Amino acid sequence: MPEVIAEDSVGLVTPQLIHFSEPLTLRSGKVLPSYDLMVETYGTLNADKSNAVLICHALSGDHHVAGYHSMEDKKPGWWDSAIGPGKAIDTNKYFVVGLNNLGGCSGSTGPTSINPETGKIYGPEFPMLAVRDWVTSQARLADHLGIKKWAAVVGGSLGGMQVLRWSIQYPERLDHALIIASAPKLSAQNIAFNEVARQAISKDPDFHNGYYHEHNTIPKTGLMQARMLGHITYLSAASMGNKFGRDLKYGKYNYSFAPEFEVESYLHYQGEKFSNSFDANTYMLMTRALDYFDPASDCDGDLVACLAQSQCKFLVVSFTTDWRFDPSRSEEIVNALIEANKDVSYACIESDHGHDAFLLPIPRYLEVFKAYMDGIEITGETN
Amino acid sequence: MNPLREDLNIIQQWIKPNSKVLDLGCGAGVLLKYLKEHKNVHGYGLEISPEKITACIQKGVNVIEQDLDKGLANFQDNSRDTVVMTHALQSVQRPDLLLDEMLRIGNEAIITFPNFGYWRTRFYLMLKGRMPMSKTLPYNWYDTPNIHLCTFRDFEVLCHEKGIRILNRTVVDDEYKEHLSINLWPSMLGETAIYHIKRK
Repeated sequence: MPEVIAEDSVGLVTPQLIHFSEPLTLRSGKVLPSYDLMVETYGTLNADKSNAVLICHALSGDHHVAGYHSMEDKKPGWWDSAIGPGKAIDTNKYFVVGLNNLGGCSGSTGPTSINPETGKIYGPEFPMLAVRDWVTSQARLADHLGIKKWAAVVGGSLGGMQVLRWSIQYPERLDHALIIASAPKLSAQNIAFNEVARQAISKDPDFHNGYYHEHNTIPKTGLMQARMLGHITYLSAASMGNKFGRDLKYGKYNYSFAPEFEVESYLHYQGEKFSNSFDANTYMLMTRALDYFDPASDCDGDLVACLAQSQCKFLVVSFTTDWRFDPSRSEEIVNALIEANKDVSYACIESDHGHDAFLLPIPRYLEVFKAYMDGIEITGETN
Repeated sequence: MNPLREDLNIIQQWIKPNSKVLDLGCGAGVLLKYLKEHKNVHGYGLEISPEKITACIQKGVNVIEQDLDKGLANFQDNSRDTVVMTHALQSVQRPDLLLDEMLRIGNEAIITFPNFGYWRTRFYLMLKGRMPMSKTLPYNWYDTPNIHLCTFRDFEVLCHEKGIRILNRTVVDDEYKEHLSINLWPSMLGETAIYHIKRK
């Protein structure tokens, strides 16, 4: 709980639900007749609406990017370290927009919403989504807010993939793309991890083929396992070693299979927390969208030709111990941008924190991030 | 007023307007920023120092975190008009291979390096019997990043062996100033060499 709100925090914020009544045809061919997006904004949109920054969230993120919803909140939004007055994304300069993506479970239309055609919860019948569907819905959100062009679109991990997609899907609608700890497509290993997570969920007896709501249950064990596995891939061997080592909960072996090592307790805690807050069908959908993401496939697999369509400038950032999307994956994007003769800067940040580093206040990372964001020229009046 | 250091000012004159440049070891991005603003040059700089990378980003200069010793395979053949490398030749693992790479990627290359045949260096070694140290070469022999020092003549022999044509050569003193007396006996009197080279 924040006893006082720090000066560089955006403070108390309130999300808003925005309704979109125009049907959205998805990549899969299915149509969402209408939908809602849960949105949060920070800072003030300037008169000519040229200072807007879109934040794209990763697998388990949402619209609550920075600040607090109430003084009782234990933690601020998921990217509070990077967004606020004087921070990397300076809310004195920028109007920042965060949203919960379609298919999410934090207020936007998703598997837990009511299907207007049946009057029942969508559940597993919610249509399969692709990254481009999120980007299309985000563009409609921009239209709704009167934003013709984002000063920057920013995201890490799966969020970075949305940024990449933005740069080629709406090249004239963004000036800068910041792609952090991401990749141009998943590797076989990445897909394999996602599949193990999905198997854990779908084989949970409480999953009921995704119709768990009808059985008044949730596949808690499966979700826990999926999150525990995911969490291991977000950390590095070094960060786990530093944080837990072989520390024991009770100071001695109990010769049981109950959690005895601190690392086990930690994973159980993370899994437990996640399984109480996240929807299993959303997890299935999001990981599948990750698997399908491969924008170069529209250009015969040629990432250079794909990125040649972009018109914005890029900042790409990776982290040394990230093995989920290791630096070479970011460098694939960088090298394709170089070959396409696009403006790009790239920093590979030394960090022990694995993939999770992109959410952490690592000094050099935030310096690079801030230097780039501060350098963006906003044409209109700012506050 | 021209804000550029003298050696960079000589280099910028050898770079054509509206061309594509790659700067190996671009430092804080001073040259690339100048070229972008005054000659509409599209540039990329490679750098490994975190502080200098941030300085480039602050200037709006394209900078890629990349170690020259790990190669330049990510740059295509003939993709740049000019590849520049200032004061880095002497600190890479294989200057000869890097030289090949520069002229694979660029139509032309511009290289500056300290002259180990500078008279003060020669006298330092001769009189003191110790590895020379100076304003340009301030390190001890054991901790210096300058692992491949050479003289002007060494460099020209290498260019000759590789069939590289020297388009221009000039030398500057330790304050990066160019003057007539140095050019009378450059291999002895010049402290820093600036070469403009091209494949034959």
